[in-house]
This record gives sequence, C-alpha cells and structure tokens, in this order.
Amino acid sequence: MSHCCQVSTDNWEDVKAKCLTALPEDIVNYIDDHKGDEHAESNLIAILHRVQRHFGYLGQEQMNAVAQLAQIPLAKVTGVATFYHLFRLQPRGKHVISVCMGTACYVKGAEKLSQRLMDELGIHYGETTKDGMFSLDNSRCLGTCGLAPVIMVDDQVYGPVTPSEITIILEKYIKQPRAAAPKAALAVQ
Amino acid sequence: MTEPMIKLTIDGELLEVPAGTTVMKAAEKLGINIPRLCYHPDLSLEGACRVCVVQVEGFNHFIASCSQQVWEGMMVQTNSPQIRQARRDILELLLDNHPKDCQTCERDGNCELQRQAYRLGVRERLFEGKRKQYPQDESSKSVVRNPEKCILCGRCIRVCAEVQGVQNLSQHGRGFNTVVGPANLGPMDESACIQCGQCVAVCPTAAFLEKDHTERVWEALSGAAGKKHLVVHTAPAIRATIGESFGFPLGTPVTGQLVTALRRLGFDAIFDTNFGADLTVIEEGNEFLKRLNGEGPLPLLTSCSPGWINFMEKFYPEMIPLASTCKSPMQMTSTLIKTYYAERKGIDPKDIFVVAIMPCVAKKYEAARPEQLLSQGETVTDAVLTTRELAWMIKSYGIDFANLPEGEYDRPLGVSSGAGDIFGTTGGVMEAALRTVAVKLTGEELGPLVFEAVRGIVGLKEATVSIGGQEINVAVCDGLTHAKKALAYIKSGEKNYHLVEMMACPGGCIMGGGQPYPPFEMDVLDPELAKLRAKALYSVDAHKQLRRSHENPAITKLYEEYIGEPNGEKAHELLHTHYQARMPRGIR
Ligand code: FES
Ligand code: FES
Repeated sequence: MSHCCQVSTDNWEDVKAKCLTALPEDIVNYIDDHKGDEHAESNLIAILHRVQRHFGYLGQEQMNAVAQLAQIPLAKVTGVATFYHLFRLQPRGKHVISVCMGTACYVKGAEKLSQRLMDELGIHYGETTKDGMFSLDNSRCLGTCGLAPVIMVDDQVYGPVTPSEITIILEKYIKQPRAAAPKAALAVQ
Repeated sequence: MTEPMIKLTIDGELLEVPAGTTVMKAAEKLGINIPRLCYHPDLSLEGACRVCVVQVEGFNHFIASCSQQVWEGMMVQTNSPQIRQARRDILELLLDNHPKDCQTCERDGNCELQRQAYRLGVRERLFEGKRKQYPQDESSKSVVRNPEKCILCGRCIRVCAEVQGVQNLSQHGRGFNTVVGPANLGPMDESACIQCGQCVAVCPTAAFLEKDHTERVWEALSGAAGKKHLVVHTAPAIRATIGESFGFPLGTPVTGQLVTALRRLGFDAIFDTNFGADLTVIEEGNEFLKRLNGEGPLPLLTSCSPGWINFMEKFYPEMIPLASTCKSPMQMTSTLIKTYYAERKGIDPKDIFVVAIMPCVAKKYEAARPEQLLSQGETVTDAVLTTRELAWMIKSYGIDFANLPEGEYDRPLGVSSGAGDIFGTTGGVMEAALRTVAVKLTGEELGPLVFEAVRGIVGLKEATVSIGGQEINVAVCDGLTHAKKALAYIKSGEKNYHLVEMMACPGGCIMGGGQPYPPFEMDVLDPELAKLRAKALYSVDAHKQLRRSHENPAITKLYEEYIGEPNGEKAHELLHTHYQARMPRGIR
C-alpha cells in the first residue's frame, strides 16, 4: 500500500486491547510464546486448560480473546471446547455433583438419579443452577462399585443412593452452606 | 519425479494407478462410481459418512474407499451382497436421524442424500428412534441454517475454511449431539459469516439454504397489498445458468427465454443488471484513472461482490481505503430504477417494487445494507431471488421455459454491452474495465477487446497489460483464499498491483452460492462446470454489437440527462457508498 490514507479503518488495536483485558497476563504470554510454533493450533487445548484453571470455566469472552490473540478461528475454539467433557462453559457452582455412569451404577439405576437431580435442580449436565449453588456432571466409574449407584458431591461419595434420598442430600448443602460438608460415607482421593 | 505405479485388482479387473491414488479414484478409472456423500473432489478428505465402503481381501471390516490409498496387490470388491447391504444400512441410519419431509423439502429432486438412498435401494424405514431436534437459525439475511437436516458430512465446514478462508463453521459437541454451526452455535448473523453461500452450494441436503424471498415476490406479483409497479433486473450470470434448471445443456445462454418468463410472471418492466455493470465500468474506471494519476491509493480493489465486501469489512478492515466506492451493479441498477426511471415515468418510488435476480445469496444482505437505503429508509432492491428461487417460481407458475419465445429487455435500463455480460465470470470485471480504460488512456476508439490473461478458472491470475505505454499490473482473485493471498502481497509490498478484481465465489458469479445445483455427475466446485458457464457469457459478449461499456448509448444518455459527470456529485450520491469495519473480526 504505497500511499495509505490518514484515517485508519483498521480495528485490530481495539480488538486486541479488549482481548488483553479478558485474560490474565500469564495466559497472554503463553499464547504469544507459542504463536510461532509449527502447529500453533495444537496448542489450543493447552491454552484452554490454562483459561479454565484460572477462571474455573471457559467464558465466551475468554474464548473470543483466545481466538483473536492466538489467531485461531473462534468456531474452532468453541468446537474444541464443546467436544471435550473436561471443559466447562459455565462457571462452576459452589458444589459440584457428579453422577456415576459407570457400568455398575448404570445398571443399578444411575439414570433415575440423574433424572431426579435434573428435575430438582432444573439444570442439565454441564450446567450450573442460577443461584450458583450446584453444578451437575456425570462421570465414569468412581471405583466404588460396591456402593452403586453412587453420586459424588465435591469430594464426598454417597452410595447407594435412591432417588428420594437425593432431596435429603441436597438439603444438607442448601441448609448449611457454610458448615463443613457432612462426613463422607467414603472419601475418595 | 514420476510417481511409482501400483497394481491392484478391482472387481476382478487388474489396473495400474500412481501411488497415492485412492480406491475411489482408481475405481473411477474403470467406470465404477462408488456412492459417496461426504467426499468432495475439491475439498480435503473427511471420511465421515462411510457410504463409500468397499471390501478388501484379507480384511474382515469394510474400508472407506474415498480415503484409503491403494497398495500393491490390493484386491478390492466394490459390489457384493454384503457391501450393498452395509451401504444400505449406513444410509438407513443416516435417514433415521433425518426429517421425513422429502416431499416438502426445498431440495426435493436434487438432494444427494435422497438420491443415494434411492440408488442404494433403501425402500423402507425400519426404525423409529431418537431424532435430533434443533431450531432453525433464520437470523442471517442470506443463509438459513437447519441443523436437523445436517448429516455431519462436514462439506460446509471445509468449503468455508479451505475455499473461502472464512473458517466460520465447526462441529460442536460430540456423538449424537454433534451440531455443525458457527462459534458457540450462536446466530449466523452475529458470526464471522460473509454470506457467500458456498455452504449452501456444497451441502448435500438442505441443512443450509438461502433465505427465502419468493414469498414477498409472489405477494407483490399478486397485488394483494396494493398494486405496485413491478420491476425486475437480472444479473449477468443468470442467463448462463438458469437454462440448466430447464434441461438445457450446461453453458447454454437463455437470455430471451428468461426475459419472456419474467414477463409471464407479471413484471411490468424487465431490465438488465448488465446496465449497472456498464455503469460500474464507467464509475470504477474513472476512479481507477484518478488513482493512477496519484489521486488516491492503489491498488484499486473492485467492489461488485458483496461476499468480498463482507469479507473485507470483517477480515481486512484496513484495506477499506483501497476498495472502490462504487455500489455493486445490482444496487446501481436498483437505485436508478427508483430515481431516474421513477422520475421519467412519473411514478412515486414508493410505488415501485424492485426484484433482482442474482446468482448470489450475499446480495440479499447487500440489499438490506443500511447505508444503501434511499433517503427515507426504503430499500432500493426490495427482493433478491437466487437463480434457484426464480427457476422454482417459473416452474411453480407452470411456465414451459424451454419452449418460450425469446423476449427482449426493456429500455432504457435493459440496454447493455458485452462488457456487462462478462461481469458474471471471474476475470470479467477486469476485462470489462480494461476495455474502457484502454480507450480512455490511449484515446483510440478501437482498443483491445479480449484480454486472455485474465480469463480462465485458476484462482489468482496476474498479468501486466501495457496500455498506451503504461504498464498496468492487474490481479484477479476468485475464492477468498486467493483474495487472502493477493492481500498479503499488497500488504507486504511484494507485488505492485494497480487494479485487483475481487470475487468471493470460486469461478465468480457463475459459481455463486445461489446458482442451480449441478447435474448429478458433476460437483459443485467443478472447474469444468465453471468453464462451461463462463463460455456461455463469453459467447453472449462475442455476439453483441456493443462490446465496451462506454459505448452503451443508454449510459451516455443517463449521464447527459441525469448524472452529469462520472464520479461527480450526483454520481456519488446515487452510485457510490462507503464501508466500515464490522464485528466480529474474522481470523485470517
Ligand atoms: S460404576 Fe459407579 S462406582 Fe463403579
Ligand atoms: S464418501 Fe467416503 S466416507 Fe464419506
């Protein structure tokens, strides 16, 4: 462009500035450091992990910033983010409930438990209740098949659980949000 | 270095093919057409649909022939009872998760899924299982996305990324819940989509379609909401392609039948967008000569293709100063219909309904651009029909297109030169401009007519034409990945272009997102198809008396009576526009 004009029609600086405010510095640096890599796009998952570690989830604003700063199409970013179960697109609730969908639990009625949880909380897997109290997830075998069917709240395992007991378990957390969580039937990890 | 040759057997026949050939391609050499859905010869391999499976000796599972390369001594069976059954099952499973609305679907008759289902012998639907249910995304002005009809072949994703460089689509989620769509599965309208409609063109089903404008045209034609003066104009590329929808051989121009069909539908005046193309040559040519003279930046980027304009605004906003400020031929023609023509006819522009027949889906958005409305906010183009939509309307109206007498465009906006006709193909805008620029620069009335260097379907064409002692470097881009290349050259200063023609669709308007789906044996992006369609336009041009835009007497009269000077004040008010950076910013 030999003779360019005075008024810039470019919006890159604005776009970039906005993106920089959406991510912490270390992630921005990480993106920058890996931009020249041969397969720069293969860093996407690593970048998203860092974002999730920092924010607890992948917000739209953050994913957009990743797309612009790493110059990876946004559709690809959100495609990857929705493909892997490990990525969360919503902030985590205060308590994370996970229904075991392993074979033993499944056979023993895990689906009924998950249905009950969805009904009571009004959310699906991967979602968080409006009040930010609970998130719902499912998992593979938790290694406690003897207790099937089990659910896990934060790091407490409950089992065997019947659908009607779900209400009781939830209430413990709702009533004593500040108190230490009830002693686990079995602590995992 | 020549590829080593590989010997293999397909269906008992021995053949030799270069290493790296796929089984599907090798079979084609023997005249065997293996069924396929996700495969597209001009896109990368996906191997998603598995309809193309074959049996290979020594393997107890079937192999996808589209993505499997041949090996020495390979024994392939493309037809066995088991293979036929497997393909049928695969297709049935696809259909089980697909709406059963073939009779009322827009793709009826040329849906690839339907065609393969019939061909493979699916005659009943055995299973009634869970079916995906998603709302249709109607947010875009041009493209409608219907994920329920999607079979996840990924062609749209590939064409958007590999041919257009837009990369707006991706698979989201996984397994049964996989959905193809823009980022976050948000509305298309808020995505980086540039509305070229190539996703519509390559979709084997109706998961992507143009936004319907036939309803509003039927309504206008019926006069139900008050009788309006109905004006229609047809883009250069339509005459080269609409015949395909009525059984004409590929590449047959059908200008006369097209005009008559429109008259039978009930339009009061039938004009030619070519007129706007001629006018574009004058305005853009003038703009170019000025810039060549040092008044403004070079190169001049053409602005006829709305897909390209959308791309520039979202992906390369810093290039805006280089773009011609000329409205597109469609918008110029429509504007003149509602001003010049309206005044001459003594009709209130509010009582005129303008329909544009376009090879393009992005034109639907262009027509609604807020900066291109009349002073009181009315659109100049009230409806944009794609070639497909018009063909359907003609059929629906019971018009026997093939046997129509040939009609003629009305005056004055139906008069055009051959330069206008070739606007419909890649390189055409450039050639049309050069014809006029050559005359203006040399002052010789009979400058060169044919510029071979800018003809042909090759993506990025470059040439240096010497006119009146001046060397002019030109580039012609079709398909936005090629535009990206040219823009990178411009940015780095590596190339010193003076004039660059930009068309979003590969092959230009003749291969636009709104063009008829090609016959079964051809593929949408097939360069042969583009060549045949282009040939039709070049032959129309060659048979015209007028070959240069500035020779068009209706244009001369327009300037005398109405516009005054090219690039003058009135010209700017009516024929020029401006652009701005738009969000979301695309990733290059
Ligand atoms: S299957 Fe649930 S704990 Fe093993
Ligand atoms: S055509 Fe081979 S897998 Fe789809």
